[in-house]
Amino acid sequence: MATLTQQESATAERLVVTDGARKIFLTIIIAGVVLLVAGVLAAIFHWGAASEATGTVAHQAGSPLWLKRIIVSLWHSNLFILGISAVGTVFVAINYVAYAGWSVIVKRIAEAFSVWLIPGAIIMFVVFLLGRHDIFDWTREGVMTKGSATYDRIIAGKSGFLSTPFYLIRMVSYLVIWWAFSWKLRKLSLEEDLNGGTQYFHTSVTTAALFLVLYAVTSSMSAWDWIMSVDVHWFSTMFGWYVFASWWVSGIAGITLTAIFLKQNGYLRFLNANHLHDLGKLMFGFSIFWTYVWFSQFMLIWYANLPEEAVYFNQRLGGFNGQYTAIFFFNIVINFFFPFLALMTRDAKRQMIVLKIACIAILVGHWSDFYLMLMPGTMRGENGFLIEIGVAAIFLGSFLLLMTRRLSEASLIPMNHPFVEESIHHTT
Amino acid sequence: MTKRFALGVFDDEDILLHAIDNIRSAGVKIYDVFSPYPVHGIDDALGIERSRLPIAAFFYGLCGLSFALWLQIYTLGFDWPMIIGGKPQIGLPAFIPVSFELTVFFTCHGMVITFYTITGLYPRFKTPVMDVRSTDDKFVMAIELDETSSAMPKLTQLLRENGASEVNQKEMTKK
Repeated sequence: MATLTQQESATAERLVVTDGARKIFLTIIIAGVVLLVAGVLAAIFHWGAASEATGTVAHQAGSPLWLKRIIVSLWHSNLFILGISAVGTVFVAINYVAYAGWSVIVKRIAEAFSVWLIPGAIIMFVVFLLGRHDIFDWTREGVMTKGSATYDRIIAGKSGFLSTPFYLIRMVSYLVIWWAFSWKLRKLSLEEDLNGGTQYFHTSVTTAALFLVLYAVTSSMSAWDWIMSVDVHWFSTMFGWYVFASWWVSGIAGITLTAIFLKQNGYLRFLNANHLHDLGKLMFGFSIFWTYVWFSQFMLIWYANLPEEAVYFNQRLGGFNGQYTAIFFFNIVINFFFPFLALMTRDAKRQMIVLKIACIAILVGHWSDFYLMLMPGTMRGENGFLIEIGVAAIFLGSFLLLMTRRLSEASLIPMNHPFVEESIHHTT
Repeated sequence: MTKRFALGVFDDEDILLHAIDNIRSAGVKIYDVFSPYPVHGIDDALGIERSRLPIAAFFYGLCGLSFALWLQIYTLGFDWPMIIGGKPQIGLPAFIPVSFELTVFFTCHGMVITFYTITGLYPRFKTPVMDVRSTDDKFVMAIELDETSSAMPKLTQLLRENGASEVNQKEMTKK
């Protein structure tokens, strides 16, 4: 068995995260903090026209408005990035199971994405333990006790599933499963770099297959737990897939965007238009898939028009004085029409600039998709953007800091992966 | 109209690809290459332009979409308005599945018909084939000969030098 060192391998290359890059990431975080502070001040002192209206509406029970908004947006942005993080591992796993060769060149990027699983899990626990009453109605005091003033018969009927201990057990299992498989696949990949041989590849395929089965179940269930239970009276059987589609297409957009940035800074010298073309095809295809799932959910509810189902879209289309109507349509335009038309031609998928714009649009679009899933159920009509965008920027900066550090820990292109050669000569 | 072709028969795709490069750079125009399976990189080697079929497909799709929307809006909205489930007569969300299906229907049929027409591969009783072995295990390169030309010996030599296992001459009746 041949052992290649870094110097001997023809494909190895190391990423050096410069101070300049770190400064950019820190600037994103600082900009986020500034926005956050501005948003909190605006919320406390009722600046701006939007807060005039909220002043008249009786504020619901719970934390003060600014704190509630911080808690919800922490949950929101963390969910989004945690999902993308897990998708990194799903991407690696799917490519192993499919014996795909072309993707080996971007495999390390996908692996590096899973770095957010641990910080994300910690943030999720802290937010849930401290702020769950502001996010989930079903955690409120007395909501499931018969005879109490806040008793809700429908929520009480779901008490078997939505009890805090069981919820925490499920949360731990999802996160542990995702983290453990990410860790295992990463470990196999790094050992393969050192030792070579095909046994790491075969072990990875088995591990990946097992992970995909577990992920299919846990991603769907986590979507019910973390997002659908916000609108606790409402339910949709499409929801698990809908959230997965959102995470998945954002994850692919993230991987593509990272690859393009690395390429433009002189790394990934074997990456060419053929690899970008395939990533672009995945983005294009899964944008349509997301729309398909979104529309399947929307049309059945719209057509049947059952009150307990339609309330979800009533809130988003014209509810709360039309607070969410604009973002509802923005969501469809940026997540479907824009990528669909922009990425349709072959040339568009092979040009970095078009892909870059499409990636950013998809990431922004799906962040707003999660916004639209969470805000009407938690903030009602008191939603805003300053705090939310601030928190998102803090998360983005921190994610980039950790992700690039993980990326610089190993060669950007796996050295002894059996399909490296195939990936380098990939043509479409 | 009858045309004469010089046919170079090759046994190996790598030899074929090199031969294409050499023969083209020797200034000979290759009419076409017939192979039992798609050969990677042969389009570039032969200098074939990228197909404009996707552009046609886009417009077929647009036709299908317009037809579907017209059909539903006209029939359900104007010609025979009916109230179904209390929905507006022109309820666009309900029209989307049909519009989608008809877009796909028009696109795929339009593409297949266009492809067959342009390539001449449409089904018929007698198919002109340069050399039947190109459907089995041989690669056949066809070079058109003009009527007065006596280039055949030179072409034979060129093809032989570039690895053709045999060189034949064939007359084909073409439109």
